[in-house]
Amino acid sequence: MRILVCISHVPDTTAKISFTDDKLEYKKDDIQFIIGPYEELSLTRALELKETVGNITITAINVGFSDTEPTLRKALAIGADDAIRINADPKDAYFVAKQIAEAVKNESFDIVLTGKESINYNGAQVSEMLAEFLQIPSITSASKVEISGDKAIVEREIDGGKEQIETSFPFVASGQKGIAFEPRIPNMRGIMMARKKPLKVIEPVECEELTTITMHELPPPKAACKMVDADNVEELVHLLHDEAKII
Amino acid sequence: MAVLVFTENWDGKFKKATFELASFASEISKLYNSECYAVTFGSTNDGELASLGKFGVKKAFEIKNKKYQNFNAQSYSAAIVELIEKLSVKTVIFPNNYSGRSIAPRVSVKLKAGFAPGVTSMPVSIDPFIIRRKVYSGKAFADIELKTDIKLISLNQNAFKLVENAVEIQVEEFMPTINDTDFKLETKEVMKNKGKLPITDAEILVSGGRGMKGPEKWGILEELAEVLHAGTSCSRPVSDLGWRPSEEHVGQTGKVVSPNLYIAVGISGAIQHLAGVNSSKNIVAINTDPEAPIFEAADYGIVGDAFEVVPKLTQAIKSFKEQK
Ligand SMILES: Cc1cc2nc3c(=O)[nH]c(=O)nc-3n(C[C@H](O)[C@H](O)[C@H](O)COP(=O)(O)OP(=O)(O)OC[C@H]3O[C@@H](n4cnc5c(N)ncnc54)[C@H](O)[C@@H]3O)c2cc1C
Ligand SMILES: Nc1ncnc2c1ncn2[C@@H]1O[C@H](COP(=O)(O)O)[C@@H](O)[C@H]1O
Repeated sequence: MRILVCISHVPDTTAKISFTDDKLEYKKDDIQFIIGPYEELSLTRALELKETVGNITITAINVGFSDTEPTLRKALAIGADDAIRINADPKDAYFVAKQIAEAVKNESFDIVLTGKESINYNGAQVSEMLAEFLQIPSITSASKVEISGDKAIVEREIDGGKEQIETSFPFVASGQKGIAFEPRIPNMRGIMMARKKPLKVIEPVECEELTTITMHELPPPKAACKMVDADNVEELVHLLHDEAKII
Repeated sequence: MAVLVFTENWDGKFKKATFELASFASEISKLYNSECYAVTFGSTNDGELASLGKFGVKKAFEIKNKKYQNFNAQSYSAAIVELIEKLSVKTVIFPNNYSGRSIAPRVSVKLKAGFAPGVTSMPVSIDPFIIRRKVYSGKAFADIELKTDIKLISLNQNAFKLVENAVEIQVEEFMPTINDTDFKLETKEVMKNKGKLPITDAEILVSGGRGMKGPEKWGILEELAEVLHAGTSCSRPVSDLGWRPSEEHVGQTGKVVSPNLYIAVGISGAIQHLAGVNSSKNIVAINTDPEAPIFEAADYGIVGDAFEVVPKLTQAIKSFKEQK
């Protein structure tokens, strides 16, 4: 069985974001990049399946220029077997999904995992777009993936509850909290081995542009917090009534 | 230039968020001087569909076929595309929730239509079509241009006010073409969190962090929540430690909420926590540490011990409400 894990290369969750003068891009200097936290969980689940079910190979894929290679190597160090990098700027979700679909459409992956969303663009689009390009079923926000014979059981979060779904292979699932718990940290041996694991670089295909970002903006600075004395909670009640008009 | 809105129903009923979507969709249709339509999957209660007319929807389509009883992104998106084509729709509005996030990207690929997810306000301009959305977990905004003839948008919950605009509404059944290859998922079980409002729907949330010390201390937060008719939520360590159920976990790796009021008690305000709450309309922080970063994100703050402040606050709100 083969599992594909789509890895985004994103600013660390604590990174402060600022933009270039033309407001088109964020400043990449001084930013630490990580594997998106959700696909890190999906990758962890893929490794757990490999360990428990056996006979599984895991491929990590990323759309990005060579600066994203350390992130892919990290996925290899954690335990992916091989990696693919599509050498292009990940312009938008449609572009990313199309590139990945083209790269893997003739390979026989049984399970395609992504994260619920990338934490930079937060579109939560790539997984479903990819499933549509590949014409296979999909489950977004999966909080559990189990293999049971020739089927998979996937749990997905819905508004106010959960759903248990059975699907045949292949399918796409976007992972969220619950699919796995603690992401794995690469150990020394993993890091050494990762250097020798295959990382294939392929060139992008033509793709129409459906959207463009015309500018970025930071939210306006927040007004200072109004402090209320702990012995005068009535004042807070009045502020919430008169000023915030909530109660 | 008609506009179509995907209106989800829960056991035959709409939620307030549905009417926000309908309001937003009909405001967009006004920009184009065109009509606003709605579609829903599964049968709705009597009068429910007609209630969309109050928010400017001229025609509502109901897909009653049992095959669509359970959610399936593949079959739902195919049906929506068929309806878009039948009605010559140019703009489609989805909720930015689990369902919208599953269907809209597929519609985008099927129609090569540009998609703006996570929108919080009306377009900046309609020609070119530019609309603002949240990016970087709420740390910034991006103006995104949709360059295609058909445009897809998903709207954040509690971002757009209800706009009443009553029109005469027609209700019709729509029967999409059934394509068996779209029905490969089988829903085995639906588990609802009974009797509890999903935290994403709550107008007020009382949220507790590690500063609450232990699960047995939640009573004071629940009492505060009760007087405010609020829901309860928590920070990640609290759900990781098993003090509270995981569906209450708010933040970057949990749920993103946007209530009118978020009361953070014993929560330090880590950036990953704020990512989940930064669209709240008002934030109140109660914390013993005056330096806690939560005070930078909060509108109102009290430096003090939760175990003294919270019961007093509950009492004060109770008295205030009784006087009113
Ligand atoms: C990749 C990643 C993703 C993450 N995602 C999330 C997420 O989605 N959500 C999330 O919440 N966190 C997330 N975190 C964790 C986050 O960094 C913080 O560790 C976490 O939010 C801290 O939780 P807390 O505020 O409850 O606890 P603490 O940071 O321990 O804060 C407790 C607070 O309580 C106060 N306090 C103590 N006693 C009292 C008292 N008696 N009365 C009042 N106040 C008191 C203290 O002053 C302190 O400010 C993530 C971290 C990473 C690395
Ligand atoms: N450039 C990329 N390369 C590979 N996978 C990606 C890329 N961007 C996003 N993804 C995957 O798609 C998921 C959803 O991303 P998004 O649609 O941007 O929110 C992420 O969690 C990743 O698994």
